[in-house]
Amino acid sequence: MAADAGQLTSGFVRVSGLDRRFDSRAVLDGLDLMIAPGEFVALLGHSGSGKSTLLRALAGIDYAASGGGTVEAPAAVSMVFQDSRLLPWLRVLDNVVLGLSGRSAAVARGREALAEVGLAGRERAWPNQLSGGEQQRASLARSLVREPQLLLADEPFGALDALTRIKMQRLLRDLCDRHRPAVLLVTHDVDEAVVLADRVIVLHDGRAGLDLDVDLPQPRSPRNAGFQTYRERLLGALGVTEPTEEK
Amino acid sequence: MTISQSRLRQPRPGPPPAPENASGLSPRSAARRRRLGPGKRIPYGRVLGPVLILAVWSAASATGVLDPRLVSAPWTVIDEAYQLTRQGELQSDFLISAQRALTGLGIGVVVGTVLAVAAGLSRVGDAVVDGAMQVKRAIPALALIPLMILWLGIGEEMKIVTIALFVLVPVYINTYAGLVGIDSRYVELAEVIGLNRWQFIRKVVVPGALPGWFTGLRLGVTGSWLALIVVEQINATSGIGYMMFQAQENGQTDVILVGLLVYGLFGFVTDAVVRLLERRALSWRQTLGS
Repeated sequence: MAADAGQLTSGFVRVSGLDRRFDSRAVLDGLDLMIAPGEFVALLGHSGSGKSTLLRALAGIDYAASGGGTVEAPAAVSMVFQDSRLLPWLRVLDNVVLGLSGRSAAVARGREALAEVGLAGRERAWPNQLSGGEQQRASLARSLVREPQLLLADEPFGALDALTRIKMQRLLRDLCDRHRPAVLLVTHDVDEAVVLADRVIVLHDGRAGLDLDVDLPQPRSPRNAGFQTYRERLLGALGVTEPTEEK
Repeated sequence: MTISQSRLRQPRPGPPPAPENASGLSPRSAARRRRLGPGKRIPYGRVLGPVLILAVWSAASATGVLDPRLVSAPWTVIDEAYQLTRQGELQSDFLISAQRALTGLGIGVVVGTVLAVAAGLSRVGDAVVDGAMQVKRAIPALALIPLMILWLGIGEEMKIVTIALFVLVPVYINTYAGLVGIDSRYVELAEVIGLNRWQFIRKVVVPGALPGWFTGLRLGVTGSWLALIVVEQINATSGIGYMMFQAQENGQTDVILVGLLVYGLFGFVTDAVVRLLERRALSWRQTLGS
């Protein structure tokens, strides 16, 4: 690992010339990326396009890959995974405050965070007593309570059912509006990207291809005027053409 | 002949009978249970097996199927146990045996756990410890007794060390398996969250390896009694095993059975205690058994 994960106090994320290889297969090839503080960025791309690799590089846990480039990220980085990754042997509240120093203050903040994601009263539950959506809420609380300047989310709603996903998308956007971390959301759901993000980037051949500002008022829904335009441009960048609707 | 005819008249096994209500839905009782699970827990169910054995034994003795010179009747054994208790012999032998078993068990569990943690958490530990433990595993602990006698004599040390060596192996193997089986996703989480090594061990490693450790502990507990019986019958002047060995020389079946009963009872009780601890400590798990 040649890249240093530098830490900036400015809160900007700056990635330049990032290369990542697994064996000899290049996944990221000279990627440049900048994210401003408080900016919500969605990252689209095909499976194996290096979305998760970029996220892991930003989180500083890409041990298996080799390559160079520079990564500058804020000090406080949190990550939400596709699975909730709650430790099954810790109660929900203990999962949320895991690793925080100052037990009583941490517990108070943990309770607040759980209330904020709609899990007040479930502090003493075991993770496997929660539904899939609730588990993912708890994992959001675990990220929030750390007051991140950068929130990395790796397909956080990929394993949820369609109804829960819509609720969770709204929750994520609300939380981010309130706490204002920079967000990098990896997804392969084009609608999710357009609904949530200020900016959508399509990864292509290991670089940032299309970089699109989404200029629609929040809260958004696929029925909004202009939504389809973004959707089609992004699908086009991903090389997917939809059958045109008969009118 | 009539039997076979009546059998013939029974309906052949075929498709299940149609449900009785017209809707075609089978009625469901309010309290449903898991179809593929073992069913509801029977109260005091674990005592059922031993009680059954006792009942069969009593019946066989009462009807004269069992020769009292080979296997004494349960009441003779209980009477003998009472006599031995009144003389104070049984208690002192039992205390000595229990002390040996528990000391050996304690040492074996601690050493086995420490070795497993060393092997599971560091590459150096793995290289040094695990290979050696696999070799040790292949050598039956009881085969080491001659060596132990030469090194440590025939006193208490030899007995306790042999028991500890016997207990060590299952504790080590199961704890080690539990440790290396911890999901790497949890390790990744610990790194992202920024746990230090001590927090990582306390919050991830220990609870993650606990189910394996308990399996090892339970095997170790029964193992300690097994080893105890062997060491007490070789060179002992006290303990339940010695009592039984003496009884064998004097042809006292009832005393031998008292010894067996005490071993069995103590093994059963210690296992029950460990099970209880296990259920408390692992209450987060939802398994087929629960």
